[in-house]
Amino acid sequence: MPAPRDLVELRPEGLYCPAGDFHIDPWRPVPRAVITHGHGDHARIGMGEYHCSAGSLPILRWRLGEQRYHVHEHGAPFELGGARVSLHPAGHVLGSVQVRIEAGGEVWVASGDYKRQPDPTCAPFEPVRCDVFITEATFGLPVYRWPDTREVVRDIVDWRERCAARGEAAVLFCYALGKAQRLLAELAAVTDRPALLHGAIAAGVQVYRDAGIAMLATRAVAEEEKGRDFAGELILAPPSAAGSPWMRRFRGAQTGFASGWMRLRGNRRRRNYDRGFVVSDHADWPDLMRTVRETGARRVIATHGSTDAIVRALNESGVAAEAFRTSFGDEEA
Amino acid sequence: MKRFAALYRELDRSTGTADKRAALVAYFREAPVEDAAWALWLLSGGKLAASRARIANSRELRAWIVAESGQPEWLVEDCYDHVGDLAETLALLLDDPAAEDDDRPLHVWIERELLPPAGADEALRRDAVVRAWRTLGFDQRLLFNKLLTGALRVGVSQRLVQQALAEMSGIDIARIAQRMLGAWTPSPRFMRDLLTVEELPGDRQQPYPFFLASPLEPADGIEVAARLGEVGDWLLEWKWDGIRLQLIRRGGEVALWSRGEERLEGRFPEIEAAAGALARDCVIDGELLAWGEREDRPLPFTALQKRIQRRKPGIRLLAEAPARVLAYDLLELDGTDLRTLPLRQRRETLATLVDQLADPRIALSPLVDARDWTEAARRREDARERGVEGLMLKRRESVYQVGRRRGDWWKWKIEPLTIDGVLLYAQSGHGRRSTLFTDYTFGLWDGEALVPVAKAYSGLDDREILELDRWIRAHTLERFGPVRSVPAEHVFELGFEAVNRSSRHKSGIAVRFPRILRWRRDKPAAEADRLDALKALAR
Repeated sequence: MPAPRDLVELRPEGLYCPAGDFHIDPWRPVPRAVITHGHGDHARIGMGEYHCSAGSLPILRWRLGEQRYHVHEHGAPFELGGARVSLHPAGHVLGSVQVRIEAGGEVWVASGDYKRQPDPTCAPFEPVRCDVFITEATFGLPVYRWPDTREVVRDIVDWRERCAARGEAAVLFCYALGKAQRLLAELAAVTDRPALLHGAIAAGVQVYRDAGIAMLATRAVAEEEKGRDFAGELILAPPSAAGSPWMRRFRGAQTGFASGWMRLRGNRRRRNYDRGFVVSDHADWPDLMRTVRETGARRVIATHGSTDAIVRALNESGVAAEAFRTSFGDEEA
Repeated sequence: MKRFAALYRELDRSTGTADKRAALVAYFREAPVEDAAWALWLLSGGKLAASRARIANSRELRAWIVAESGQPEWLVEDCYDHVGDLAETLALLLDDPAAEDDDRPLHVWIERELLPPAGADEALRRDAVVRAWRTLGFDQRLLFNKLLTGALRVGVSQRLVQQALAEMSGIDIARIAQRMLGAWTPSPRFMRDLLTVEELPGDRQQPYPFFLASPLEPADGIEVAARLGEVGDWLLEWKWDGIRLQLIRRGGEVALWSRGEERLEGRFPEIEAAAGALARDCVIDGELLAWGEREDRPLPFTALQKRIQRRKPGIRLLAEAPARVLAYDLLELDGTDLRTLPLRQRRETLATLVDQLADPRIALSPLVDARDWTEAARRREDARERGVEGLMLKRRESVYQVGRRRGDWWKWKIEPLTIDGVLLYAQSGHGRRSTLFTDYTFGLWDGEALVPVAKAYSGLDDREILELDRWIRAHTLERFGPVRSVPAEHVFELGFEAVNRSSRHKSGIAVRFPRILRWRRDKPAAEADRLDALKALAR
């Protein structure tokens, strides 16, 4: 008797489920895609149809335009081919989900990107029991352990005040979709002074506001009067704005970067930011290990990030582990 | 230690010197004097791990963190590889203590926790370190680990610290710098003496801080030199490749201080003897060289190196590599500080003094004559032939300043020798390069094998460093601790000042000041240079 086929395989076009004849976050056009979340390396243009969560829909509409979308509630099973599929919150960004696949008496879960820290902008990660767990490993080394985000957000406000005292603006670089909105939601708890936004971030903030997410009041930098002094303001901008002509309007400004990579001093210094704030939308090492345990999986496949370390550590702890070389990136870099 | 950890964090974060100086001033104003003394010592490059008995070596620290963090050894090594800095890796691998962060001051930590177990049995030393790891929050833990593993390397120059102390105390920076020269013990008493307005007896035994020349680019032609004005306003000298030193003769006693702020007594008895015969008390700034009696040029730097390493040189070594001082400048005569006089005047007095001595072991560094910059540039071309590194340009009217100040003194080196080497090994750098492989070892062909000949740390731009870093990670053949070997594939043009034969190096060759000039993407490894070609340049 031939060995039973894996429920998910790595194909040139992406992760593929033969039993259900669909792909998960494929990087090349396929007839049927299940999308874990709206980041560019997971949700791409050109699929015949898109299965996604209700939370992801506005983000996908914004980024991919009108497509054949099939929206599914959290935990509500649907049939694709011979597979029973359901979507479960992943806690990464608004609408992000894990994909649970059941076929032939086996359960596989593909995590997409996820984190375990609280995030007021999305539903918390839900551990799902499974036989095989496909996990991300962006921060798969034990030096990555996240501080409490509320503390970090207080540091950001302190930083802005220090900048204000020196007559400088505080320009905080962060990923435009997810991180920026999470920071704005967390900031609302500790300050009511509005933040200013770079155009690339404003659009994503509007999508979140339309979805009913409460965040700090914001204004667009572009709509401020010409030549105004930005001293003491907190300004959110995408990392690509660093060193661009757009920065010139702030004259005296300090720069900060909000990312899990800022946990290491060398990363911050190499990129010449004045401040690094450790806030990540990915699981840190302790949470990656805890999550694997909570799924009860006997086999784990790591998809992107520091897969070598996590694969070896799991194998040594008695969980069969391997890695897939995927095209998923890292929006925090 | 919280206050000092906060200062460390502040210095580590700031990119501007004004901010760093402000942070230093604030620290020295507020810190208790016992702490301030240790802080100053540490910021000046003092290492607990080196100057006192060792508290823990790198291998022990890694073994202890394996036990304390519960991570397997290979994973700790992977993390160290990834982070590139051991002190930081150790701090990152642990969670913060649940209890309130420890509040004891820096000097208590050093004097009661760190120094007592130094040199004791492993169990005792381990207890002290692990106890600290468990009680300190992240910032203090990182600093504590830095104290264990070496220097702070936080991007603060000696001059910046001295500026802060001068700003805070109102004492002249030159005096502070002078009082800090050489080895000193961090104590409240030292701190008070350092910042006292009174004249101290010790002020008379110290050398002066050296005035250093700024570089012109070797490739700079006469058009650059011409911007300096009339050649007649300048004194031109050879740039000797020895050790810069101050020869101090006060009250008949002689002391030799190197630019590295080290006292050299005993090592160069012939110089001390010659200085003893000087007619007057004085402080001479000059270059120490190894120079055979009947030679017309100095011996290679490696000869001098042998002399420095030997605390009490034997007769054979003294004959093999006799030392000589070429005098550049006169800083003090009969107890009078001459540094604010113009150079031409100081040099005139120096010439008289040295002429009277009439001993080749202390001679005047000759001037290089040039009617215009074109001739100066031509004379510079002779440099390698004469065994010197190039020309020194000093403004005739210049006063003797402190440290490297641009404007009055320039060094104009000759273009470096070059050779094409193959990248063999890489190691991660320090500071802002600690997460990248930036320390490279290069080899040359010797028959079918590549022999390592030079290490270089600089010369590539940030983009090239990133590209090479990625390639190294993807193509690692073997790991030896922090060092990775890579396939012989990439060729780099290396520049260096001189090549000497050396019995201490596997290749039989030692290169002076190697650096990367460019990445030779056009050259396959097989076309890199041969060791013989480098040997032919050696002397």
